[in-house]
Amino acid sequence: MNSTTEFRGNNAPAQPIYLDYQATTPTDPRVVDAMLPYFTLKFGNPHSRNHQHGWDAEAAVEHARRQVASIIGADEREIVFTSGATESNNLALKGVMRFHKDRRNHMITLVTEHKCVLDSARHLEMDGVDVTYLPVKQNGLVDLDALKAAITDKTALVSIMAVNNEIGVIQPLAEIGKICRERGVYFHTDAAQAVGKIPLDVNAMSIDLMSISGHKLYGPKGIGALYVRRKPRVRLEALIHGGGQERGLRSGTLPTPLCVGLGEACAIAEREMPAETERLTYLRDRLLKGIKDALPEVYLNGDLEQRIPGNLNLSFAYVEGEGLMMGIKNLAVSSGSACTSASLEPSYVLRALGVEEELAHTSLRFGIGRFTTEQEIDYAVEQVVAAVRRLREMSPLWEMAQDGVDIKSIKWAEH
Amino acid sequence: MAYSTKLIDHYENPRNVGALDKGDPTVGTGLVGAPACGDVMKLQIKVGRDGVIQDAKFKTFGCGSAIASSSLATEWIKGKTLDQAETIKNTDIAQQLSLPPVKIHCSVLAEDAIKAAIRDYRAKNAQAPAKAAS
Repeated sequence: MNSTTEFRGNNAPAQPIYLDYQATTPTDPRVVDAMLPYFTLKFGNPHSRNHQHGWDAEAAVEHARRQVASIIGADEREIVFTSGATESNNLALKGVMRFHKDRRNHMITLVTEHKCVLDSARHLEMDGVDVTYLPVKQNGLVDLDALKAAITDKTALVSIMAVNNEIGVIQPLAEIGKICRERGVYFHTDAAQAVGKIPLDVNAMSIDLMSISGHKLYGPKGIGALYVRRKPRVRLEALIHGGGQERGLRSGTLPTPLCVGLGEACAIAEREMPAETERLTYLRDRLLKGIKDALPEVYLNGDLEQRIPGNLNLSFAYVEGEGLMMGIKNLAVSSGSACTSASLEPSYVLRALGVEEELAHTSLRFGIGRFTTEQEIDYAVEQVVAAVRRLREMSPLWEMAQDGVDIKSIKWAEH
Repeated sequence: MAYSTKLIDHYENPRNVGALDKGDPTVGTGLVGAPACGDVMKLQIKVGRDGVIQDAKFKTFGCGSAIASSSLATEWIKGKTLDQAETIKNTDIAQQLSLPPVKIHCSVLAEDAIKAAIRDYRAKNAQAPAKAAS
């Protein structure tokens, strides 16, 4: 990425500017460097007990395990490597509920969780587990009183994501942990969008299980982890059986280079988090101000304060999201509009916030990250403002709004 | 979404964006869709005394496919009689733009918009001689 190029007209970059850091992140070159020896030089199976190849690989995996544990304040023996947060979430939910189903058959989660949590919960419901899906407040945060009221003596697990992937809001983890601890319920959090972005401490926050994703924090794709508390011990069934690796919780040969990559990514994030947070906050605020100064009727979805610095989710009234994305083709972003989803349903997260459908269709999610430059932000502001203005000129809804028509009063002929 | 060049062309260079005077008796206005669905099209026609569509304008709130479908619709109906314009099928629009299956409904809405504009014009000119009445 050439940060001194003037991005205009014929000089527009061949690849769009990447502003979709919640979808995935590029693997940090330092992480790739750390991984490479384990493909061709130290390629041994870390479970081979009898020779140097195995010992070298094992040492690397255990070092990585310590690095992962460090960034969340855990003990290395509490880290189980998995193929990613989806697997970790599956393991946490299904593993815990299946283990406890005879005595405690109820779990609680939020309507705004990632699909892998919601779908796993639905699957458990088909098996007879009782699941409560709590709504969220308009700012995207859970209502702690509603959570307290939902817990019964049959509740085994509460699963609430630390940071939401669409709107970037941060849930009150310590408070949730405290409530769960008091009631003797396990607290699982999907922290895929949180690890490396906000400080996390499994003990201070009373977290019992935590899902971690490698490719969300500049690590490689295909690796993640599940933190499983040892004291007091969390009991759960494995999903994948075999040689008994990872204390029997997740069989399979550990992919040494991927584990090393996850570890290194965590170590870098832990070191650089304070400085990175400051820089991303500055860039995010610049993006938001640039857009709001130039355009009226732009709405932020989700709480601004309780939010990771790298996320901005904005609704541009009277302009549809997919149409808008086509107009900013030099920017890679995503939208909560129905038109961008295969199912034609608008974002369920935005709907859960109470964002009306028509505004959900007008939303864009901007994800900024480690490699985003100020110049890219300024270019993004220009592009977005120009595209929104052009599309508003073409929009019958904008026209009505300008003419003082109350759009809500119109009877639409839906088909 | 990987769109056809024709579709992208209609999106980048939409034909006939704008508005005609709703109050003008020679203008028919069709407003279809719903904001909650993410698709709203306003299509207007100016019809001459001979029943031929002299001008057409559109405004659309919707995705690239919706914008392109309505732009193409205005292009096609100009110079046609009302009866001819009514025969335009969404499948023609979809084919011309190579709409992906998940976007076919945008072409349906465009066909609805044409018909709605014609219906509005006819309703306003119900007293007008023979051709328009049926």
